[in-house]
Amino acid sequence: MELDPLLLSRLQFAFVVSFHAIFPVFTIGLASYIAVLHGLFYKTENPAWDRLALFWTKVFAVVFGMGVVSGIVMSFQFGTNWSNFAQATSNFLGPVLSYEVVTAFFLEAAFLGVLLFGRHKVPEGVHLFAAIMVAIGTFISSFWILSANSWMQTPAGFEVIDGRFHITSWMEAIFNPSFWYRFSHMGMASFLTGGFVVAGVSAWFLLRQRDVEANKKALSMCLWLLLFLAPAQAVVGDFHGLNTLEHQPTKVAAMEGNWETQSNVPLLLFAIPDQDAQTNHFEIGIPSLASLILTHHTDGVVPGISEAAPDEQPPVAIVFWSFRIMVGLGFAMIGVAIAGLILRRRDRFYQSPMFLKVLVGMIVSPFVAVLAGWIVTESGRAPWLVYGVMSHAEGVTPSLTGAMALFTLIGYIAVYSVVFCVGVYYLTRVVRNGMLEDPEETQGEVERPKRPFSAVHTPFDDDDSDMQGARS
Amino acid sequence: MIDLYLPLIWAGIIGFGVIMYVLMDGFDLGLGILYPFAPDDEARDVMMNSVAPVWDGNETWLVLGGAGLLGAFPLVYSVFLPALYIGVFLMLAGLIFRGISFEFRFKSSKNRHWWNRAFCWGSAVATFAQGAVVGAYIQGFAVEDFVYVGSAFDWLTPFTVLTGLGLMAGYALLGATWLILKSEDYVQAWAYRITPKLLLAVLIVFAIVSLWTPLVSLPVRERWLNQIHLIWILPILAFVCAGMLYRSVKRQQEKLPFVMALGLFIFTYLGLIASKWPVIVPPDYTIWDASSAPESQLFLLIGVVFIIPIVLAYTAWTYWVFRGKVKVGEGYH
Ligand code: HDD
Ligand code: HEM
Ligand code: HEM
Repeated sequence: MELDPLLLSRLQFAFVVSFHAIFPVFTIGLASYIAVLHGLFYKTENPAWDRLALFWTKVFAVVFGMGVVSGIVMSFQFGTNWSNFAQATSNFLGPVLSYEVVTAFFLEAAFLGVLLFGRHKVPEGVHLFAAIMVAIGTFISSFWILSANSWMQTPAGFEVIDGRFHITSWMEAIFNPSFWYRFSHMGMASFLTGGFVVAGVSAWFLLRQRDVEANKKALSMCLWLLLFLAPAQAVVGDFHGLNTLEHQPTKVAAMEGNWETQSNVPLLLFAIPDQDAQTNHFEIGIPSLASLILTHHTDGVVPGISEAAPDEQPPVAIVFWSFRIMVGLGFAMIGVAIAGLILRRRDRFYQSPMFLKVLVGMIVSPFVAVLAGWIVTESGRAPWLVYGVMSHAEGVTPSLTGAMALFTLIGYIAVYSVVFCVGVYYLTRVVRNGMLEDPEETQGEVERPKRPFSAVHTPFDDDDSDMQGARS
Repeated sequence: MIDLYLPLIWAGIIGFGVIMYVLMDGFDLGLGILYPFAPDDEARDVMMNSVAPVWDGNETWLVLGGAGLLGAFPLVYSVFLPALYIGVFLMLAGLIFRGISFEFRFKSSKNRHWWNRAFCWGSAVATFAQGAVVGAYIQGFAVEDFVYVGSAFDWLTPFTVLTGLGLMAGYALLGATWLILKSEDYVQAWAYRITPKLLLAVLIVFAIVSLWTPLVSLPVRERWLNQIHLIWILPILAFVCAGMLYRSVKRQQEKLPFVMALGLFIFTYLGLIASKWPVIVPPDYTIWDASSAPESQLFLLIGVVFIIPIVLAYTAWTYWVFRGKVKVGEGYH
């Protein structure tokens, strides 16, 4: 079998960026949550807030660290596997990514140190300030990187000279047509992620009757947030889809599984798209609903996939099903949030074991929804790298051979598997130890900044008492 | 006009970023390389604790290097990375393992030896790969029409192996002198003992590379030998640093060895730049050929001139907060 460097590069990029994305999407939400907890403690002096803040900062440290190591890989991917693309788009992507480093990464790094280790070194107000700055840093970071991605989806403010993009308007390029939709959808996705993880972990503690006071507070807070966010995310998603319909009609057609341009398009609940036959099998749908959603008329005309030549079509089944997974989970989230509101009467939201178990199960849902959403977005723009201007095949590194690409693909999978297993194993230990008293205080250790994981003092592989000696 | 000067300014900024990275990550990678030779596990604790607060920030300079090259000299980014494809992967894998072992070593007791190994191998592999990049840079790249056309292992030659090993010795030297500064007692005594040996190794590699380089690269030969000019001051200064380094170790001074090791690196680095200037993608492309569009360089410059000083201020502040000796048995964990 001939190894195709293009296909392998796509697989590799999809793998490394998806792996990376898992961590930021959580840290962005969690950073803000921690800042809020610090703020509440600062204002009310209620120690429950402090305990929560401490506990979640430990979790944050681990997740943030994994985001950093996987992010360093990302910044080289464009050059190693997509050098023609990097060369062609450098006039835009270069400055944008550099701004991300100088405005966000350094900011995060500096204040993270103070947040994690400076509790007794700086006044409380400065500590709160650090928490806020870290949260702001994660947002600045997502601002720049989503601007870069949105520009590739809906390029604007440029002209092409000799095969290279030159920016004619920085405003138009940075705030390109899909930017605000993507930024708000992704920002809310991060908050949903943070919200569901905190809710799930609090529920887990409540099921075991641990630290009931603090966890009740945390859960209640999260449920209010989710009650507002989950429906809002669906609304933003709808607007996002309308924007996509305007700029990338083929992608929307693939999401709807609609092959021919026609009116009265049904909203398909189930179908098996068949790209070769250019049709669906086993369709189950609600008549005219897709037309209604997309055009606000039941007989509105919706463009079909066949508008694009077969070799310019995205992989329909992938887009179609990923979209259903995301939206399905979105509605499940709304359902859970509403259930929480109903159970609030007579305080059953923290007493019903059933509901708490569902919340524990929901921990993975935002991660799955986020990855599914990105797969819709990214596969849906195939075969384009820069929509309508540059294709995957044009962007790939010319000197790359299939063997090289396969070697690194396997390499990254191996390395990340280790990192992921170690990280998850360790996180579960942090959670299991919970909000026990803080070893940091009891041992009077010297504190060190800028070391994400080391804020966490939970022993790694065993609880044995010789630990103390070994760690000295 | 502006087209002429912007690339010069950017060459300065990128050059600064690269040396910042080399010096700062250099000493913490160097400690990883020295890890297996440390007298005992407590000494290893001290070594790790001495860089624990700062290594993460140090590595951010690498990210800045990557993104900055894409922004200012995209040709470098889009030629070096494909040409060094396998090497870049090894470097990143090394940095990842080293990064996580940093974090988890202290939390393990049963598995600690694994994290020791990951820390050492990660540092060694990453350093070797970076050294090979330097060698590959001196050799030059097969580029046609702004696109790399060579094959996967062009970067791996006896010459680049030598520069790879040379950088390992160099970073180890930086690490040892850093340890002199930050440690005391038997750990410091050990660091004093190994420093002259490492210095000797560095000087030997330095000599071989200097003799060999004119053979692998004609332009470099012409630059250095055709006429004697000012640039000869750079190797001379490097040797002065080496001499001072040796003397300060003999006199058991604490700060000077590290400063002189930094100086040795800086002058060698400047010498390397002088060999190639203004070529940035050897053998043919100059900084002007490699530049991104002027409007892009300008757009980025406006922000960077304001922000980099602030970043430097943070960095200095962190080093200040964690000034002083790391004691055996003390420390974090
Ligand atoms: C929506 C948010 C988002 C997205 C889509 C991405 N990232 Fe990211 N990235 C972050 C949000 C983020 C973050 C929240 O800012 C992180 C997570 C942990 C951290 O340190 O910062 C981060 C870390 C991080 C780092 C390490 C920073 C450091 O050393 O401190 C690098 C180099 C990148 N990212 C690069 C990328 C690239 C090249 C991406 C796309 C292809 C990318 N990220 C997608
Ligand atoms: C962080 C969340 C992201 C996720 C989960 C994600 C996921 C994916 C996936 C699954 C693909 C493969 C599509 C396919 O080949 O069919 C892809 C492609 C791509 N994405 Fe993203 N993406 C993310 C963010 C970004 C960002 C921020 C950028 C750029 C700034 C980007 C640039 C690209 C490029 C260049 C490709 C083309 C290479 C390829 O097809 O594999 N992505 N992404
Ligand atoms: C419930 C109704 C939802 C709708 C109608 C919706 C709609 C959409 C649409 C149309 C896109 C593709 C945009 C494009 O590529 O042009 C998208 C992408 C995405 N969705 Fe959703 N979404 C919903 C829920 C969710 C939820 C619950 C999450 C995660 C918690 C989520 C996360 C994402 C992400 C990360 C992307 C990719 C980034 C982007 O393009 O914005 N979505 N969504």
